[in-house]
Amino acid sequence: MSTDIKKFKSESPMSGVLRMDRMPHIWCPGCGIGSEVNAFAEAVKRSGIDPKKLVVVSGIGCTGRVAGYVDFDSIHTTHGRAIPVATGVKLANPELTVVVFSGEGDLTGIGGNHLIHAARRNMDLIVICNNNFTYGMTGGQVTPTTPSTAIASTTPYGNYEYPFSLPFLVDAAGGTYIARWTSMHARNVTQSIEEALQRKGFSFIEIISPCTTLYLRRNRLGDGVDMLQDYQEKTILKHGADTRETAIDFQGKIVIGKFVDKDKPTYLEAVDKCCIKLVGDDYQLYGKTIPEREAEAKAEKERVAARRAAVLATEEKKAVTKVSAKIPVKKAPAKVTKKAKPKTAIKAVAKKATAKTTVKAVAKKVAAKTTVKAVAKKAAAKTTVKAVAKKVAPKTSVKAVAKKATAKAPVKKTRK
Amino acid sequence: MDGDHALAEGALAAGCRFFAGYPITPSTETAERFAERAPEVGALFIQMEDELASIAALIGAAWAGQKCMTVTCGPGFSLMTENIGLAAMTETPLVIANVQRGGPSTGLPTLTAQQDMMQAKYGPHGDNAMIALCPDSPQECFDLTVEAFNLSEFYRVPVIILTDETVGHMHEKVVIPPADQIKVVPRNNYSGPKEDCRPYKFDSKGGHPMVRAGDGYNFHITGLVHNEMGYPVMTADQGKIVVTHLMEKINSNADDIIRLEEDQVEGADIVVVSYGITSRIAVKAIQDARKEGIKVGSLRLITIWPFCEKRISELSGKVKAFVVPEINYGQMVREVERCAHGRSEVISVNHCGGAVHDPEVILDAIRKANK
Repeated sequence: MSTDIKKFKSESPMSGVLRMDRMPHIWCPGCGIGSEVNAFAEAVKRSGIDPKKLVVVSGIGCTGRVAGYVDFDSIHTTHGRAIPVATGVKLANPELTVVVFSGEGDLTGIGGNHLIHAARRNMDLIVICNNNFTYGMTGGQVTPTTPSTAIASTTPYGNYEYPFSLPFLVDAAGGTYIARWTSMHARNVTQSIEEALQRKGFSFIEIISPCTTLYLRRNRLGDGVDMLQDYQEKTILKHGADTRETAIDFQGKIVIGKFVDKDKPTYLEAVDKCCIKLVGDDYQLYGKTIPEREAEAKAEKERVAARRAAVLATEEKKAVTKVSAKIPVKKAPAKVTKKAKPKTAIKAVAKKATAKTTVKAVAKKVAAKTTVKAVAKKAAAKTTVKAVAKKVAPKTSVKAVAKKATAKAPVKKTRK
Repeated sequence: MDGDHALAEGALAAGCRFFAGYPITPSTETAERFAERAPEVGALFIQMEDELASIAALIGAAWAGQKCMTVTCGPGFSLMTENIGLAAMTETPLVIANVQRGGPSTGLPTLTAQQDMMQAKYGPHGDNAMIALCPDSPQECFDLTVEAFNLSEFYRVPVIILTDETVGHMHEKVVIPPADQIKVVPRNNYSGPKEDCRPYKFDSKGGHPMVRAGDGYNFHITGLVHNEMGYPVMTADQGKIVVTHLMEKINSNADDIIRLEEDQVEGADIVVVSYGITSRIAVKAIQDARKEGIKVGSLRLITIWPFCEKRISELSGKVKAFVVPEINYGQMVREVERCAHGRSEVISVNHCGGAVHDPEVILDAIRKANK
């Protein structure tokens, strides 16, 4: 057994991105954090950014342990303080890409003040928030996002508080990129993180995730697979949705998508703008003038683009071989999955409301790598969704077959 | 220049280029000075949303390669204590100035005190040794800030400057020497092979390099008990290794760290042990006592923590009494008592804060001790 683990560690496609010497991780079977970390690692690989220049900062809690498993410079901070620590890292060396990966209790409860202020400043950070509606590490207490009436260890008779809607909160505070997915939407999470890695400013990606051990068990919601099926049924894809309409009721609909993506000068750009007026062209930060820093950033951007192009080219090659191997199995030739842009996606989907769609999604997860193949086909009268999710992780083995057939649901897509 | 401004100038002279702070009387002038000076010296100032964020930002900035500082006073210092613990645990070099004001709680925001002496050492939960320095003048605010940075860089600890409202707002002449005459310990960043890179070395010594984010070493640091790789190892055995190192890297090097200023201590019957602004008040009482023929020495604590156990021990039994004036209900006097081993009398001259002592009160104590 020990040799197998060794082999797994050395051969895992995630070695070099995750600290394989620290595996197995602490997360429970069925927990969404593992998928999120995989999606994150995948995004980093695809983005082309220099992993040496990436810093991951976490707070405390189950998600707080992410920093300990990623093979980048990583800081595990105190409860709630991941964002200000990340702010210090970014401001002390603007060349670094800084990602905060933490839970909703950490980021919006004890650390809520830092979240809104980092968003207000448009601090150049990417905040990935695992929202599982509970404080997992301490045994399942109520959090600022626990839906009303849900049971937690400290709300044994049901939660009587009103929860935060995080996209609305961050939008109101000034965040410039806001997306929400569930841990089932691994591919979308990867895409969102990739986008965030390519842009400047405060990016907030919320990922709704099942806490099987505590939240699901206490609320009798089944296991991780049941919840993924639930996400399949209850999510409504709505890019550009008004963030005021993203609240989550207990076991209600979950609006997902990219809600906000706008340009605004970042904190450091605002500092530069002010200081160059004051000091003139000689203005330097840490010994570098603005043109010097801009030249460096431009050169780095080109290197990133080149690396990204190389990664995508290799992936395309792989994808072509895989698709050609699989397609003959299908009865009819598959139509290309619709790749609508965020804005047009809603319209495109709305138009299709009368038409009937069949979506077959096969999600397969082996160890740490995610491959998602989606084939969308237009059919006659109804919408059918078939999803097969398979996951093989060092500690867990989850097999799921989720089937669903609804008549009306007009919006049902596996990817934008 | 006043003491608060001198703190900011000392930081800049020591190579500090990152300052995160939150306004709080009577320390705000330091942040204001740094904010004003930052653009011209290529530094960055950020006013954070609170003191929790300020100290957290310093930890991030320190690991990203900058020397950094914040300033606060009692209430803000209380908020910072958790992450002072994190800085101690992760062996992060940074400097915090506490311009003390009267407490407890909001207390006396605009009036002086020396009430946070014990908090500086015992504020954070758990065991970790601290270094704290106590300037008695604006000039020392400058000098000791440079010294604080040097100590924090070498021992990789948060260093606390315990000044007070009176020194902070006192205007005096401050001489800032040319840069090449200021002894500055530069940041020591690891640059060896990746496989040998360890963020920590648990050998109870200072002088270990930092690892800088972005240099490709993929370091991990955590507030959990950890091994030299920085990875969590949550066992009692590892806890012993880490805590022993954190304590002993300061305690066993106390002789190198501690700075005292002595005046006629040898052969004295009475020794006045004082620090900060109180030592300057005590000068008048000591002079008056000497005029009365009393053999009084002065021992001024420039380094508060680690405490000068050895020196007090040496003097105990040789002197009749230690007189300890301080602007609190009696804090450092307990340390003096502990180290006097009952061989000399120890007299506390306490003051509840809001003002400095009347020298006459200290003189009375000296007279009483000499009887």
